[in-house]
Amino acid sequence: MITAWFSLVVLCWVLFFVLEGFDFGVGMLGPVLGRDDHERGAAVRTIGPFWDGNEVWLVAAVGVTFAAFPAWYAALLSGLYLPMAALLLLLAARGVALEFRGKGDGARWRRRCDTALALSSAGIVALWGAVLGVLTHGLALGADGEVTGRGPARSLAPLATWPALAGAVLALFAAVLLGATFLALRTTGPVHARARRASVRLGAGGTLALGAAGMLGLSRPVLAAAVLCLGVTLVARHGRELVAFGATAVGVAGAVVAVFTVHGDVVLRSTLDPAWSLTMTGAAATAPALRLLSVAGAVVLPGVLVYQAFSYWVFRRRVASERVPS
Amino acid sequence: MDVLDLTRLQFAVVTIYHYFFVPMSISLAATAAGLQVAWLRTGRERYRDLTRFVGKLLIVTFAVGVVTGLVQEFQFGMGWSAFARFYGDVFGPTLAIEGMLAFFLEATFLALWYFGWDRLPRALHAATIVIVAVGTVLSAFIILAANSFMQNPVAYSLDPVTGRARLDDFGALLFNEVNLAAFPHTLAGAAMAGGSLLLGIGVWRQRHGGEPAHRTLARLGAWLTVAGGALTALTGDHLGKVITEVQPMKMAAAEALYATTTGAPFSLFAVGSPGGGEPSFSIEIPRLLSILAAGSPGAEVQGIDDLQAQYAAQYGPGSYIPMIPVAFWSFRLMIGIGMLAAALAAFYLWSTRKGRPGHPLLPRVLPLVPILPAAANSFGWIFTETARQPWLAFGISRVADGISPGLTRAEVAASLIGFAVVYGILAAVWLRLIRHLSRQPLAPRAAPVEAAQPPAPVY
Repeated sequence: MITAWFSLVVLCWVLFFVLEGFDFGVGMLGPVLGRDDHERGAAVRTIGPFWDGNEVWLVAAVGVTFAAFPAWYAALLSGLYLPMAALLLLLAARGVALEFRGKGDGARWRRRCDTALALSSAGIVALWGAVLGVLTHGLALGADGEVTGRGPARSLAPLATWPALAGAVLALFAAVLLGATFLALRTTGPVHARARRASVRLGAGGTLALGAAGMLGLSRPVLAAAVLCLGVTLVARHGRELVAFGATAVGVAGAVVAVFTVHGDVVLRSTLDPAWSLTMTGAAATAPALRLLSVAGAVVLPGVLVYQAFSYWVFRRRVASERVPS
Repeated sequence: MDVLDLTRLQFAVVTIYHYFFVPMSISLAATAAGLQVAWLRTGRERYRDLTRFVGKLLIVTFAVGVVTGLVQEFQFGMGWSAFARFYGDVFGPTLAIEGMLAFFLEATFLALWYFGWDRLPRALHAATIVIVAVGTVLSAFIILAANSFMQNPVAYSLDPVTGRARLDDFGALLFNEVNLAAFPHTLAGAAMAGGSLLLGIGVWRQRHGGEPAHRTLARLGAWLTVAGGALTALTGDHLGKVITEVQPMKMAAAEALYATTTGAPFSLFAVGSPGGGEPSFSIEIPRLLSILAAGSPGAEVQGIDDLQAQYAAQYGPGSYIPMIPVAFWSFRLMIGIGMLAAALAAFYLWSTRKGRPGHPLLPRVLPLVPILPAAANSFGWIFTETARQPWLAFGISRVADGISPGLTRAEVAASLIGFAVVYGILAAVWLRLIRHLSRQPLAPRAAPVEAAQPPAPVY
């Protein structure tokens, strides 16, 4: 049952990174690909009905981690105190920028919201990417399961490492590619043309960069990512937008699963002493709590998936920039 | 301030701020749903226009509630990791189930409603906002169950091996007697928060050349505020009796009652120092506290000194007395400010009955009325949470034991400043948007002629 719950936690994180990944990407690309108020409006409109539902997967991921693995939740969030506080502030700025954009008055107001949206999206993606990088590397966990050390440096130091930096860069790239393929899929007109071009170029650039990195480091996952980027480039060139978006999403999902399972049943590695690492069993809640969660999850989650799919179906029509009222 | 006090202050600040927006969301969602159903049944355009307007207020308010609610979910791990570990089995599932069951509903269906005006059949579209309203109420119920556990821990046992709390019965946790009393009280307070916002906007717009529908809006808001006020009083009376039973120290602190008294009076106002012994001057209503606490004028109410001695014997040496001035004044301010809002709304209803223009002072005073229930709700939470001290979960774990071990003042100060600045900006932008939305005409302008569309591709 513990493994099942670990899988569910990972699934929630995967859904968050894939679904919010594309709306973070659209947030960053909107001001670049949209040349005027209407076009930028169309870009934001492609994610308008979905982003809140997507962000709910973050609430679910954190909530389920807390519920099923309280020790993991406690160690990770207190150990990365300052980055988490920064993430929350950026998420707050982004959420209101999105919701308030269409409710204010005038193009200047919308322009400001677009800038806030792009900057906060980039910051959030970079920080989450860094956190994923930290997860592959581990934290300085002590015997009590808490990160050792004191002071602001304690929670900032893990971010100043190579895995964290690599995570941030890769996450930014992945989100932009997801955003570009999603925009290509969801728009018509000039935004659509630019998004298509962007996805081809990003895919080609990614293929080269990842291919070179993979050969240098001879790392198989990186080579696999390069092959995937090549595939995305090819299908995007041929106008198969759904396939291109789907392939990018699968790639991101694969990367997230890889990060969470890189140390086997260790959910948080201790960089000080392997014996202090947090394992699935060590971090898990008691059996009655997990049983309760299983019942709730089995009843509720299928329903969630059905009505979220319904909302994607309702808003399946492409967004044209002319349609958005100014 | 040491790190514990700073972390407590941060928790208080982000929680109170979050709670400015939550009750408004609950009642705006219910009001929008009610208006849309009324439009569906009567076909009156005024109801449709008001539905759209209240819905926009809801979207803007809900957005602030969501982003500040996310902070709540994180901060148990960030600032209170020892508590999260100890209490994870009880609190974690409750929070997770709230997210999966209620919050998913609210977020997804609110977007469906807002963007679905011309995409969904009319009845289905009305159903989406009703689902949002149900979701907000469900959220409140489950979150209040988690809080009620901290006031009155039930349905748990202590694991002998890990020393952590273990959840035995989720149903019993949900239907905690404190939750059953606190939930209707909270909903009534929420009705006042949203109702007074609509009343304030309606009156303000009428004064500045509004439309006839603005009068409907103001009167609807006033009715919600008055009804909410009456229900808050009734449910608050019941909640007080339950609390007297499960947390007698809290009610003794609310009255600054040091000695156990039969036929205890209720003091409306006190001069001197509640907290340093008996006040030197106080205006009292005889026997009222006994009625409030136990339902009978001659009932015995336990005093702080006796309870302190009793707790010291039960839980070991230490102070079990909360900050008496905070408890005393927040309790009075909650009641006084809340009742003032209800009274103003009632006066407005009476003064504008049968199409009368109303008292000339009202348009100047009422636009500020939304501040009152927001303040009353905040004082209610300040009372509930501070008068529980020193406990996190009453009788099992203390606040000082819950904090993250490695945390320093610098970190908490940095995050607290960050939250204060961002939340300040959010509040300013929210107010500006509410003003902007309120100024727009209620009826939609004629739809612009849409450019020729390419056929929608299906994929």
